Amino acid sequence: MNQGVSVENIRRNGALYVAESRIRQMSKWKGIITLVAVGNPLFYLVAIGIGIGILVTENSGTSGTGGVEYIVFIAPALLANTALLGAMDETVFPVMEGFKWRKMFYAINSTPVTGPQIALGVFLAALVRVAFSVFLYWIFLVAFGVLSFQDSWMSILVAMYGGAAFGALMMGVVAGVQKDDYFLTVLGRLVITPLFLFSGTFFPLTNMPIYLQPIGWISPLWHTTELGRYFGYGAEVPGVMLSVHFLFLTAMLVVGIKISNIRFTNRLLK
Amino acid sequence: MPESLISARGLTKRFGDFTAVDGIDFDVAKGESFGLLGPNGAGKSTTMRIIAATSRRTSGTISILGRDPEEHGPQVRAHLGVVPQQDNLDTELTVTENLYIYGRYFGLSKKFVKKKVEELLAFAQLEEKRDVKVEALSGGMKRRLTIARALVSEPDILMLDEPTTGLDPQARHILWDRLFRLKEDGVTLIITTHFMDEAEQLCDRLVVMDKGKIMAEGSPAELIKQYATREVLEVRFGSDRNKEVAPILREMCDRIEELPDRILLYVEDGESLLEAITAKKLHPNTSLVRRSSLEDVFLRLTGRSLIE
Repeated sequence: MNQGVSVENIRRNGALYVAESRIRQMSKWKGIITLVAVGNPLFYLVAIGIGIGILVTENSGTSGTGGVEYIVFIAPALLANTALLGAMDETVFPVMEGFKWRKMFYAINSTPVTGPQIALGVFLAALVRVAFSVFLYWIFLVAFGVLSFQDSWMSILVAMYGGAAFGALMMGVVAGVQKDDYFLTVLGRLVITPLFLFSGTFFPLTNMPIYLQPIGWISPLWHTTELGRYFGYGAEVPGVMLSVHFLFLTAMLVVGIKISNIRFTNRLLK
Repeated sequence: MPESLISARGLTKRFGDFTAVDGIDFDVAKGESFGLLGPNGAGKSTTMRIIAATSRRTSGTISILGRDPEEHGPQVRAHLGVVPQQDNLDTELTVTENLYIYGRYFGLSKKFVKKKVEELLAFAQLEEKRDVKVEALSGGMKRRLTIARALVSEPDILMLDEPTTGLDPQARHILWDRLFRLKEDGVTLIITTHFMDEAEQLCDRLVVMDKGKIMAEGSPAELIKQYATREVLEVRFGSDRNKEVAPILREMCDRIEELPDRILLYVEDGESLLEAITAKKLHPNTSLVRRSSLEDVFLRLTGRSLIE
């Protein structure tokens, strides 16, 4: 064994080594990642923010959006959505690749790096992508005059926290997927799309019939959006609800990481 | 016996009702080239995964460099270089990047890994492909890269699971040459294979496995001496006549094996037996006298061919 191999060093930094290689892999897609990060805000801000925003404002003013323009109302939701989708991209696909498609996690696990370290490394790299996308989106929102530079920077952290919680959970879920035949289709069409539509993204959740509101209650997008509205433009959110939103995301983060650790360990150590 | 790097006693692995490894004992000495020979499903790869600290045993004991792989997985894996049956390289990264990131997983410094990568590119004869994405490499090149990758940490033990399966003859010989060099450098090799020629070429000592059990153990020459004769005469009379002729041939030598397409006769002098067969007016369609191989050992031990 080479004298430079230090198990103690790997025990401390194993996850960082995995994150380093994940970021290197991501860099192969930097053009597409940047295009999505730039294109998404542009499309949404122009189409929904301005187009639908004018329609909403002309018909009901700001009464339905808590006293702010429609584009301001949806901005934190779009920021949260960017974070969640970015986190999903960087957890779902790498985990499918690692266990199933190219089985690279088994190669990593042949080294002293452990299953939980691989999970944490993938997670950390996903956060880097989320930070990049959210920050770019925020810059657009500030540049368009939707959010204030000084008063809304906390909304970046809130969106990242929501992305982290959702990413951790998705990683845990995907680590248990043995057959991927319909998984990605079902995930995209029956989970992500409803979350996007029923999480108080484009209108307050309370506008929905009560029997549809639970979709929002269990949606990380709603909790992240509500926190984002509070920290982004000072929307009125009761203190107790701020705690509920924060605790919900924290629980999702903790449970997601716990499940990921267990599943990564068991799947790699049969 | 020299210092034992690996020692297993009563090693057993079950998956539900299926017993993949059934109470096997073996030792591997430092610098030895040790083989696990057997057909698909014999339990070779499962044994390898237990040694590699990536599979939990059901019962028995195993010690690798004095440590239990289940309790000290990372510590054990720090000493191993693993070449899996299927190349699990990152096909989107270049040859150099694959070696580099793997070195980092061992906690090696960037400076050291960059220097080591150059050495490994030369070893794997992939200098010209250094900046090529792995997806563009041939099967033989990918295999050599996987082996080079396993050497990045300068492991004490290199484990190769079916190293040449799926490669053409030229690629196999290049790979064997690389493995010979490692052997000369004193690296302990553990190889699973179902190719008897590979086992004969590469292994100092091997165990023959079947259905999770060790059927025999020794050097290739010892096993052939113990379980086969010096020569084998292979005769083909055509599928219809083989059955008819077999009883006559059985009278002419101590041991014969009837295979679907040919009859194997185990003797010390194959040419003399062939002359005797011809003298009896039994003219085979084709005949071949060859040295006994591990294939014959396996046939003797299990009654089955290695590749079925």
